[in-house]
Amino acid sequence: MRSEAGGRRPENTLTIYEKSREGRRAFVSPELDVPEIPISDLLPSDLLRSEPPELPEISEPEIVRHYNGLSKKNFDLDTGFYPLGSCTMKHNPKLNERVAALPGFSRLHPLQEPQYAQGALELMWRLQRQLSEVAGLPHVSLQPSAGSHGELAGLLLTRAYHEDNGEQRTKVLTPDTAHGTNPATVTMSGYEVVKVGTAEDGGVDLDDLRDKAGDDTACLMLTNPNTLGLFDRNIEEIARIVHDAGATLYYDGANLNAVLGISRPGDMGFDIVHFNLHKTFTQPHGGGGPGAGPIAVSDRIEPYLPRPQVVRREGANGHSEPFFDLDFERPKSIGRLRGFQGNFGVFVRSYAYICSVGGDGLKDVSETAVLNANYLRARLAEPGIAEYLPIAFDRLCMHEFVLSGRGARDKLGIRTLDIAKRLLDHKVHPPTVYFPLLVDEALMIEPTETETKERLDGFADAIREILEEAKEDPEIAKNAPYTTPVRRLDEAAAARHPVVRQARPEAGGRRAEGGAPSATPSPSI
Amino acid sequence: MSRYTSATDADRREMLDAIGVGSVEELFRDIPEPVRQREPIAMPDGMAEQDVYDHLRALASRNRDAEQEVTFAGGGMYDHYVPALIDSILQRSEFLTPYTPYQPEISQGGLQVMFEFQTAISELTGLPVANASMYEGPSSVASAGYMARLDNGRSKFVVSRGVHPNSRETLATYAHAFGSEVVEVPLDGRGATHLGALAAAVDDDTSAVILQQPNFLGTVEDLGPLAEAAKRTGAVLVCAVDPLTLGILRPPGEFGVDVAVGEGQSLGNRLDFGGPSFGFYAATEKFLRRMPGRIAGETVDVDGKRGFVLTLQTREQHIRREKATHNICTAQALNALAGVIYLSWLGKRGVVELGELMLRRTAYAREALGAELVNPGPVVREFAIRLPNLDEVCERARAEGINPGHRLRYYYPEYEDCLLVAITERRTRKDIDRLAEIVQGAREEVHA
Ligand SMILES: Cc1ncc(COP(=O)(O)O)c(C=O)c1O
Repeated sequence: MRSEAGGRRPENTLTIYEKSREGRRAFVSPELDVPEIPISDLLPSDLLRSEPPELPEISEPEIVRHYNGLSKKNFDLDTGFYPLGSCTMKHNPKLNERVAALPGFSRLHPLQEPQYAQGALELMWRLQRQLSEVAGLPHVSLQPSAGSHGELAGLLLTRAYHEDNGEQRTKVLTPDTAHGTNPATVTMSGYEVVKVGTAEDGGVDLDDLRDKAGDDTACLMLTNPNTLGLFDRNIEEIARIVHDAGATLYYDGANLNAVLGISRPGDMGFDIVHFNLHKTFTQPHGGGGPGAGPIAVSDRIEPYLPRPQVVRREGANGHSEPFFDLDFERPKSIGRLRGFQGNFGVFVRSYAYICSVGGDGLKDVSETAVLNANYLRARLAEPGIAEYLPIAFDRLCMHEFVLSGRGARDKLGIRTLDIAKRLLDHKVHPPTVYFPLLVDEALMIEPTETETKERLDGFADAIREILEEAKEDPEIAKNAPYTTPVRRLDEAAAARHPVVRQARPEAGGRRAEGGAPSATPSPSI
Repeated sequence: MSRYTSATDADRREMLDAIGVGSVEELFRDIPEPVRQREPIAMPDGMAEQDVYDHLRALASRNRDAEQEVTFAGGGMYDHYVPALIDSILQRSEFLTPYTPYQPEISQGGLQVMFEFQTAISELTGLPVANASMYEGPSSVASAGYMARLDNGRSKFVVSRGVHPNSRETLATYAHAFGSEVVEVPLDGRGATHLGALAAAVDDDTSAVILQQPNFLGTVEDLGPLAEAAKRTGAVLVCAVDPLTLGILRPPGEFGVDVAVGEGQSLGNRLDFGGPSFGFYAATEKFLRRMPGRIAGETVDVDGKRGFVLTLQTREQHIRREKATHNICTAQALNALAGVIYLSWLGKRGVVELGELMLRRTAYAREALGAELVNPGPVVREFAIRLPNLDEVCERARAEGINPGHRLRYYYPEYEDCLLVAITERRTRKDIDRLAEIVQGAREEVHA
């Protein structure tokens, strides 16, 4: 797939396939120490592959250079400020990587018998207890693989709970500020979405909620603080309305970083909570995963938790020591959500993190996250900025806040997208943009607790500079960025004529006709 | 101050002044009293780094890992060698610590990796389009079922009993939610999907037929006739495939498979007690706009320079919300990176050579163990044997630091005294001979 294409492009944009040359290799096969039986004697010819897959032929040094080269085209958290709202881009402690790589964890087979995996099962059990304590809910399953998978678990649990009580409920309420995974999960779980509005103060519109909560309501999915970064002051009343209707109250834990040791979802009245270990509990995000989305639940939901559960059996098998085991005997369980025991390597990192900061440290995490967010909010409310980027809801915020770019659009002729792109030239990752949907030209900013005051000041200065520059010449922002490995990319063309794999030389590019892309910028999370 | 925060008392005072409040507590005034946490978190205080390390090391030492034993365990994840260059590249912060590439101008590395990954998966499976990763194997199988349901609205999944038990159970979990039924097709006497039973189970209500290649017992299924029977009424044909066998096995795309999914652990990912690894998802062109997950596409920037973006996002939750084709958001990008590095390291020749090595060593092991074969047909790197004295074999093997394989009885009561044995390139002839000695020793005692 390579040679002619290889000649045309500058070296630093070649794919690994275009660097391939026949006869090169990195892999050296272990010795064949058994009889060399002809392959055709071992597999029938109609099940044999006729042509090898077109994987690259390339040496180890060139693979290393290729991926190192690519890495340099990424901006990352270890390099700079990353205030991506709703994503909790906090420092990922280096110790976590060291302990996750211990062979006792990283080379442990998932089907190892529990008696030979006691350390791993104990770690999972301990993490379950820690998460239970943080959530204020007694039972935890670590199984879901990410936040959205936890949401799916939550709605499956809700369904199982209602069915067990002989009820068929069909609707799930989600606020109009909800993250996209919430309504998407509702549909996937076989329910219908009913949107609940937002009140003047940024919380759930109680009248609308009262109107819509009824005996067909299965669940209300909520984040608290919500995606505007505001703690819903009416949370007790919300819980009452939802529970009076016989529905469950689901906590999207993406924003848990605001309330560790401050307020527990269980105490707020939530029945089911998911955690994003890749946000609150420092699993590095890896450019799009891995994550993990454990769930914590109340007693009434516990019978339905996924299988298997990690349990601690006291003095089992005649031992004086407790025995950690996988419990499959769960007759009311919703079943499995995935293979084996979940993203165990993520559990190791999050467990190490929680042990490192401890109970006192977790509270400090949230206090500092909220302090940093409010400080940055105050800095961005200064004259010269606030006229252009007014805050969407003018209240104290929790760990994040949302500005509206409508001032910049109306007064300077630049859009939120332009500000985001110009920030790239300032070596800062832009905030989340165009989300939540109910804020016009939204910029959602989450600094996290691990940033210094100097960095927050630097961000405020960058925003001020961009706005001042736009007063002089809005074209600068509109054409930004200038200093990045590539500049603005034609996303519309990419969707219209999708090229989603490297072309094979004989076939030409894989192009398909597509639908029209949207002209308005879309939410970035 | 906890170790990862840096606000000093002086910082705090200045920041509170700027905010216009007197204390940090005041920042939380929106939280109603009754829902405040009054007691401190019931957990020990933080620990010094070295103490955390020692604690974790002590836990790790209470596991028997694949470095401490000779393992023949498989059943979906395998003890393959992970080349050192993967560790080194994955620890680069530019890959380890960014979020999903929402800002393509500063994410070209991650986006190009996705594009290269999609290409590799497409090549392996023989299907034209692939996404940038799923969580892992079994949930990818369930997701393929969900897509079939969206596509044809039919309500029945016909699933071979040879599909990984975790995949079948995950599919059933998902299917219950959107109201689909799961019908299982038994295996025949040779541990392969029963063709007649499959043909009989497929009807006009069948939304998808789901097979696995090789199946859970290691049997290489005769996909041609199975595919023909599966597609007779227009159902979507889904095949879960073991990607590392696709250097030698005819790819699913050549059998008319519509969607190929699978577990990616065997491609350069650690065992990690079951995760994180990655799932993959490849399909025919027809499903490009219904597929779950991120897809990277090639385009150009304003200067005409080549670049990559997340594309076809109108399938996804952040754009389409309740109309999205799936709810997945965070997936397994870093693990997929390990996968594409691994496949580049193996390369076009290596993927075949490794497949052939596994095939030959597995053939040798089947001979050497000399036990009754549950699945006597073709296999690549895994097979099941019946051992009347299985308990004893397992006990002896364990005593000698050998994990003899996975006992089938939990998921397959019909294979009560059977063992599933996996032979990766890590298992040498010597290892196999040691296991054979134990198996034969135990048998001789029975006969004595
Ligand atoms: C508020 C909110 N809910 C849910 C999610 C989904 O989490 P995940 O990406 O782990 O599936 C996210 C993050 O992307 C989020 O910000």
